[in-house]
Amino acid sequence: MNNLPLLSLIIFTPWIGAALLAFLRGASVSVTRTLALAFSLAPLALGLVAAAAFDPARTAPQFVENHLWISALNVHYRLGLDGLSLVLVLLTGIVTPAALLAAWRQEHCPRMFGALFLLLQGAALGVFLALDFFHWFVFWELSLVPAFFLIKLWGGASGRGDAPATRAAYQFVIYTIGGSAFMLVGFAALFVATGTLDFHQLAQHGADGALAAKLGASGVRWVFLGVLLGLAVKVPLWPFHTWLPPAYAEAPTSGSMFLTGVMSKMGVYGFLRILWPIFPAQLHAAAPCLIWLAVAGVVLGAYAALRQTDLKRLVAYSSINHLSYCLLALFAVAYATGRNGLHGEAATAALSGAILQMFNHGLSAAALFYCVGVLESRAGGKRGIGDFGGVRTAAPLFAGLCGISLFSSLGLPGLNGFVGEFLIFRGVFGLHGAAATVACLGLLATAIFLLTFWQKVFHGPLGPNVGGALRPDSSSATDPSGHQAPPTPNGFADLNAIELAPLLPLVVLMFVLGVYPQLLAGLINPLVTSWAGHLVLP
Amino acid sequence: MSLPVQYVWLIPLLPLLAAGIGAVTPRGGVKIASAAAIGAMVLGFFLSCGALATALAHPAAHATANFAWFDLGAGTLRLGWVLDPIAAFMLVMVTFVGALIFIFSTGYMHEDERAKQFFCFLSLFASAMLGVVIANSLLLLFICWELVGLASYLLIGFWFHKPEAAAAAKKAFITTRIGDLGLLLGMLWLYDSTGSLLFYDGGHGVLEPTAVANLNAQLVFGGLALSTVIGLLIFCGAVGKSGQFPLHVWLPDAMEGPTPVSALIHAATMVAAGVFLMARVYPLLTPDALKVIAFTGAITALMGALIAVAQNDIKRILAFSTVSQLGYMMLAIGVGSWVAAIFHLLTHAFFKALLFLGAGSVIHAAHHEQDIRSLGGLRGPMKVTFATFAIGMMALAGVPFLFSGFWSKEAILHAAHGWEVSHLPFYMGLTAVVLTAFYMTRLMAETFFGKARTHASEHAHESPASMTIPLVILAVCAVALSLLAWPSPWLQHILDPKAHAEGGGAGLMVLSIVLVAIGIGSGWAIYGRTTREKATSADPLAARVPGVIAFLGARMKFDELYAATVFQLNAALATAADLLDRYVWDAAVRLLAQIGIFAGLVNRETDEDGLNGGFDATSESLRDTGKAYSRAQTGDAHGYLRTVAIGFVLLVLIVMLGGRR
Amino acid sequence: MSLSPLQLCLLFSSALFCVGLVGALSRSNTILVLLGVELMLNAANLNFIAFWRFSPSPSPATGVMFVIFSIAVAAAEAAVGLALVIAIYRHQKNIRLQEANRLKG
Repeated sequence: MNNLPLLSLIIFTPWIGAALLAFLRGASVSVTRTLALAFSLAPLALGLVAAAAFDPARTAPQFVENHLWISALNVHYRLGLDGLSLVLVLLTGIVTPAALLAAWRQEHCPRMFGALFLLLQGAALGVFLALDFFHWFVFWELSLVPAFFLIKLWGGASGRGDAPATRAAYQFVIYTIGGSAFMLVGFAALFVATGTLDFHQLAQHGADGALAAKLGASGVRWVFLGVLLGLAVKVPLWPFHTWLPPAYAEAPTSGSMFLTGVMSKMGVYGFLRILWPIFPAQLHAAAPCLIWLAVAGVVLGAYAALRQTDLKRLVAYSSINHLSYCLLALFAVAYATGRNGLHGEAATAALSGAILQMFNHGLSAAALFYCVGVLESRAGGKRGIGDFGGVRTAAPLFAGLCGISLFSSLGLPGLNGFVGEFLIFRGVFGLHGAAATVACLGLLATAIFLLTFWQKVFHGPLGPNVGGALRPDSSSATDPSGHQAPPTPNGFADLNAIELAPLLPLVVLMFVLGVYPQLLAGLINPLVTSWAGHLVLP
Repeated sequence: MSLPVQYVWLIPLLPLLAAGIGAVTPRGGVKIASAAAIGAMVLGFFLSCGALATALAHPAAHATANFAWFDLGAGTLRLGWVLDPIAAFMLVMVTFVGALIFIFSTGYMHEDERAKQFFCFLSLFASAMLGVVIANSLLLLFICWELVGLASYLLIGFWFHKPEAAAAAKKAFITTRIGDLGLLLGMLWLYDSTGSLLFYDGGHGVLEPTAVANLNAQLVFGGLALSTVIGLLIFCGAVGKSGQFPLHVWLPDAMEGPTPVSALIHAATMVAAGVFLMARVYPLLTPDALKVIAFTGAITALMGALIAVAQNDIKRILAFSTVSQLGYMMLAIGVGSWVAAIFHLLTHAFFKALLFLGAGSVIHAAHHEQDIRSLGGLRGPMKVTFATFAIGMMALAGVPFLFSGFWSKEAILHAAHGWEVSHLPFYMGLTAVVLTAFYMTRLMAETFFGKARTHASEHAHESPASMTIPLVILAVCAVALSLLAWPSPWLQHILDPKAHAEGGGAGLMVLSIVLVAIGIGSGWAIYGRTTREKATSADPLAARVPGVIAFLGARMKFDELYAATVFQLNAALATAADLLDRYVWDAAVRLLAQIGIFAGLVNRETDEDGLNGGFDATSESLRDTGKAYSRAQTGDAHGYLRTVAIGFVLLVLIVMLGGRR
Repeated sequence: MSLSPLQLCLLFSSALFCVGLVGALSRSNTILVLLGVELMLNAANLNFIAFWRFSPSPSPATGVMFVIFSIAVAAAEAAVGLALVIAIYRHQKNIRLQEANRLKG
């Protein structure tokens, strides 16, 4: 690549768009929406350019940009792209436009909405591309600001912000900042000890034991715990997850899509990029405990979802369940590092699975939140599991696409979710068999609650918000033949073209990646293989 | 004509394409969808015949075509196809029976406005099943296996606006998924210990001697061989899919789907997948695992037959007969004769499809009346259905010599008799033979004999040709398949050349003929000689042993048992998880927040009272002083001047007087 | 008792000062008050000249320098004072000093 700063372009194009939107006060609503969409698509286009020029066989970061920024603190502005980052950049590029399209009909101040969204996108991309803690942390914290306003001002049942939305927004931001504060302190200690904030150098210090020599064993442990806390809240790792259901539930639909599709990945990315390379020994020591926390997230997250009546909370809990799989894979690898009989193949499978699962969960959870959003908009803000029924009769197209998303989330083979989950289970089973066995319960509970969702909302006679309540006798619930034509409802319209636009690309990708996972696996496999090949403890 | 293994993937691809065509056709395009589906199956049938020719040319070889799916680590994750006689026979059976069921469906579903979706799902179902059959990798098999589950979910819940259908579909999916978890674990363990999931891979496959010997040599907990544990875990999947005890509960509920779906599930596709899987992984199974399989099969065979005696819904009787017959197949695998199991699977597929489609024809004619007590006297108006159904019934009951079911069941009983471990499964199987003959006779007598007992059956008429022609073809097959076993056991040779053909056993054959005669005779004595008068009159058997029949009629209360145990446990766990979140973790977070707020409060109080108070007091006094001084400022310039002058004079006086000193 | 020229000068300037003071104190017209102030200033100037003229060594023109400065300052002061008077007049349409008390504390 010539000297074009591609990665900086990826990060800052959305911000330029945000600034443009902030100043275009007189622009019409449709112009602002189109502009926001165009700028949110730009990182995808640039990401595809990067993917085309990307050499998967090289495991070191590519397209590196390195400038001295603050010489007194030895802070560098370093950006780099490897397979992991590339996958997440592409995910961000896909989910953000979909989320903006999902808010196409959103009437409440679309200009600010678009600008905040672009800010959020840029910050998330920055997190995925930064290689120096300083600006990594800046991006990390910056992403909270637009998210806060999106939840507070556009959240809640009315879409204009209300008391529960405000409460959820505060809880989300304070909880996350609380976690990151510990991380910041931890990195300050690291900086004092090593004089660098560069991830790569820190990882080298961590791998050769220099960190432990400088900070002392207990010092490293405290720093590790601080960083762990900051990341665990973000993912979230059970039991630090209680902010997630209200935040996801109260956020506007497109906000939930982005939160679950991209922001939850930032935490997992942090685990893979920071915690694991810099503190291999500490993570190994903590892994026996952390594995069971991840298993608890898998199983209890799924079981808690069984009890939810609010569809958004249900999908939020399924997110906890799915993200815990990623962490389970990483912890199992850390657990087995340095033990006798570590299978490199199992570790490779677990790590590949974790990365694939991140991407797949981004697609399917965003699609599910979108579907719940459609239901909500049709029912005038109601989204209880009992508020619907028979939607498949009324809106077969919507039902079909939502069903595909559900089954993708459930891990049905042939759709994307399966590949990641299978690889994670394959890896974890080889590394920590008991955890994999218990985690299987999560698979079962996931199937139960997603099918319950599907059955209660889409099957059965027409429900209260689907036009059924208007003509209760038209339902053929008692007709044993089923041959009588299903009643034609008038309350629930099927998807129109604008509503189809965000969902269709996601569903198509689910199919494509389910059948041909090589598209992603080819990008990450050499990287993951090299990780698995260097599993040693200092 | 022969189809090499490299192209065998075309066979599942065809129905998949048909499903795709069905998915994109607009709502009215039933003709396109059904034509695509039937065309794909018929073409698939011819290709399968080609594949069979290939397989029969080299019966002992497992021809494979493996390919890479995606990069994983230093290598790739590989999947593949296999073509050997067992797969080829299954291919032919599935495509043939499938095509007939599809044709039948065009007649059965022509009133349904979502019929094109129905054909789309049927094609998906068939495609997934064909994939299971030719998969050369446990992973690929699992993928297709789950797709079979998905298709059955969609089809059982096809009339989803009925809550019972939606619930039955969910029940089927969840129950089979419980078994699938076992299969998944077995697969993971197998993968982990052998590093491959390919069945046959030029000596490196998991079913080939090297890997099997390796697995047999490893011992895990309790001194069990690793292959035993893996085999049993895989068997869990088969238990779920093939409706074995104790996961059989979904199968009768699956009757909520349209009747062709029941036929497809019970005959050609879904339940057959479990038996096929066990036959496929037979090399892995150790004697310990086989014991478990044999007893599970025997229990299922007996239990299914017992429950079937007390059912009144025509489809449910057939459903429990399927449970029972699947038990036989598992029994056969357990006692070491997987060839007999596959033979019974093939014959059963034909006559059970025949029976279900016949039942569908009856239901269609009787305006969806499924209760045999309300039918009756259909022998007259529905001659073709009656004749073909009778053939199916005799095949299922095991009427000797002419019917294929007799030979396959005979092979199983023979194998069970020769099992060294225990004779108990053999006796259970024999009991089930009597019961099978009995309940099938009851079904025939109640449905076709006597007089029409309700309005619906009075006005019954023969079904259209699209429905009767498949019945006739299947009936012919139900008889003709006897040729597979008689006069020479050539199927045995082709499927398993190594096994020695067991001869003799004429005594056993006589015994089972006598048992069938007892079953049919007693059934006719109770239900046939004096037929039922009214739909509501009491069942003669229930009048004699009411408690037993009520218990069996309630399906041995399995659903209630599970509702009281498993469901409760599940619900309790869910509640616990939810409460834990709401009241423990959330409370901990709130507590932290309260501590923070309290700290803020303390901080504010000290600030305001301590620090701010001091500053405030100082500035207050300063302000007072200022006020006092400002009162002197009158704004009167003359006054100021006067003060200055007086002050000056005083100053001068002081200086002058002081200067004196 | 005979008076020296210095004493005579001082007596004269004292008288001038008193006239100015009385004028400044008793007049209500602001311009007349200013006039009184100027008279007092000039009394002081006279003293400068007198002390310089009758000092033991009057050679350098220090006294004259003082007075020239003082007159310049007085001119500036008069200018500012008259400007203030005009401003006051604009506000209250008269220049009575007693009424110009709006800034009192």
